[in-house]
Amino acid sequence: MSYNNELYQQVILDHNRKPRNFHAIEGAKHSCDGHNPLCGDELTVYLNLTPDQVIADISFTGSGCAISKASASLMTTSLKGKTLTEAREIFESFQKMIKGEAEGEETESLGKLVILKGVREYSSRIKCAILAWHTMICALDEKTEATTE
Amino acid sequence: MPKPVDTITTGNSLDMDKVRSEFPMLSKVIRGKKLIYLDNAATTQKPWRVIHRAIQFETDEYATVRRGSYRLGEEATESYENVRSEIAKFIGAGSPEEIVFTSGATQAINLVAHSYGRKVVGEGDEIIISHMEHHANIIPWKLLCDEKGATLKVIPVNDKGELLLDEYKKLLSYKTKIVAVTHVSNALGTVNPVEKIVALAKEVGAVTLVDGAQSCAHMRVNMFNLGCDFFVFSGHKMYAPSGVGVLFGKSELLDVMPPYVTGGEMIKTVTFDKITFADPPHRFEAGTPPVSQVIGLGAAIGYLNDTGLSRIERHEKQLLNYAISTLKKIQGLRIIGDAENRAGVVSFTLDAVHPHDVVTILSEEGIAVRGGHHCAQPIMRRFGVPATVRASVGVYNTFEDIDALADGLKKAIRVFA
Repeated sequence: MSYNNELYQQVILDHNRKPRNFHAIEGAKHSCDGHNPLCGDELTVYLNLTPDQVIADISFTGSGCAISKASASLMTTSLKGKTLTEAREIFESFQKMIKGEAEGEETESLGKLVILKGVREYSSRIKCAILAWHTMICALDEKTEATTE
Repeated sequence: MPKPVDTITTGNSLDMDKVRSEFPMLSKVIRGKKLIYLDNAATTQKPWRVIHRAIQFETDEYATVRRGSYRLGEEATESYENVRSEIAKFIGAGSPEEIVFTSGATQAINLVAHSYGRKVVGEGDEIIISHMEHHANIIPWKLLCDEKGATLKVIPVNDKGELLLDEYKKLLSYKTKIVAVTHVSNALGTVNPVEKIVALAKEVGAVTLVDGAQSCAHMRVNMFNLGCDFFVFSGHKMYAPSGVGVLFGKSELLDVMPPYVTGGEMIKTVTFDKITFADPPHRFEAGTPPVSQVIGLGAAIGYLNDTGLSRIERHEKQLLNYAISTLKKIQGLRIIGDAENRAGVVSFTLDAVHPHDVVTILSEEGIAVRGGHHCAQPIMRRFGVPATVRASVGVYNTFEDIDALADGLKKAIRVFA
């Protein structure tokens, strides 16, 4: 099944099967519910910041396809320990990458998130990959609801 | 373009090679894979004769309708109005005046809700729909109820995905103004006993609307037998172009209904003081209609008539039964809905693979199926699933298509194992 390799790579399948940071954070200072009206996928992102605006803890719960779950899982592992500014920068680069708008060096800063690059070939799945990220930003902005529409 | 095939039937069964040769999209190859089209509940492919007729009309006969008295306009009007007559015959309506062209089933329901609904529904009244409605047959009624202070009542379904008629009887009362139900569920494939539902509604004096978007390309429908007051359907789900649909309404109701969309060609006279409206059906067809699409719909009706709806129904029933028995053998596959009476729609989930991932992997095999909530979130919630994979058959599908689907699903399971 070579043609599926770019999308369903082992790392993605692994994060789908065993999502990291897949739990609620009791009493989280920041949280947001995200949903994708196109497919009904729903997830919640939880965040706590240190006093100097570093992401101390980040997690998610919810249900979704392999792409949305793996993207959420990978997001939590790459954002933990990052400053708010860094988190927003990574979000921007990630968004560019999966929309196929990123130049070579722009994706370098994304590290292991590059594994999701294959999504850009599947226009109907971009929203799946971006849902967790929009929800994370909305949690930071202290909104309560995010949508991919 | 090849010529349309004249004879596509032999005896009681369909000649599948001939049927398939009528549909150019079926020979499409996507990334080296032949298209296997199993999303007919969403929209259908078009046969040559529909494509030909629409092109022929646009190439050689095109003019707007019901306006110019030049010959071309008169002829276009005649072709357009002939389709209205063909549709009236096709669904057993009393007269062509009971056929209103709309942009689709969605607009037809909105027309009834806005025009008839707003006129007759008041505070404290009730509208009954079912738990398995498409959003298009939920939202117009919900908004109408909210506007008027009326209540929306919902006929529940059992675990097989069948409407509970005893519960429906309990919902009916003198407060019931409208009962709007789907003929066939787009999400589960259940065929509802609409004749019975309509007859019971009549006992309390309620007006009935049947959503036929999923039925009229798959079984013979007859307005006299159904007895409903309104019936709606879309062209693009019955091998016709998109952008055209039909509202059937009984004359005595259409006659008293105010216009929904207003503008050109739906009036008798206009002054700044007073406007008198045209009689139905033209009262409800403001603006230039989708003329070529209507002509294409006429060709699609011809196609269905020539092919024979009873043959189509039998063929699709065989495909459905084969699909159910084939899919049931796949481990971890759960079929949603198990109605006694059902049409060619199978909704299912896989334990290990989310519907969207299934759709992407099947797509790589050239197979087109729908994944999601099918614009029917309440019934998805009823069965505790956010989304399903849905395979839905049409006249041109074969047993091989079902085998390919099963193989594709097994691949999806292997990828995610």
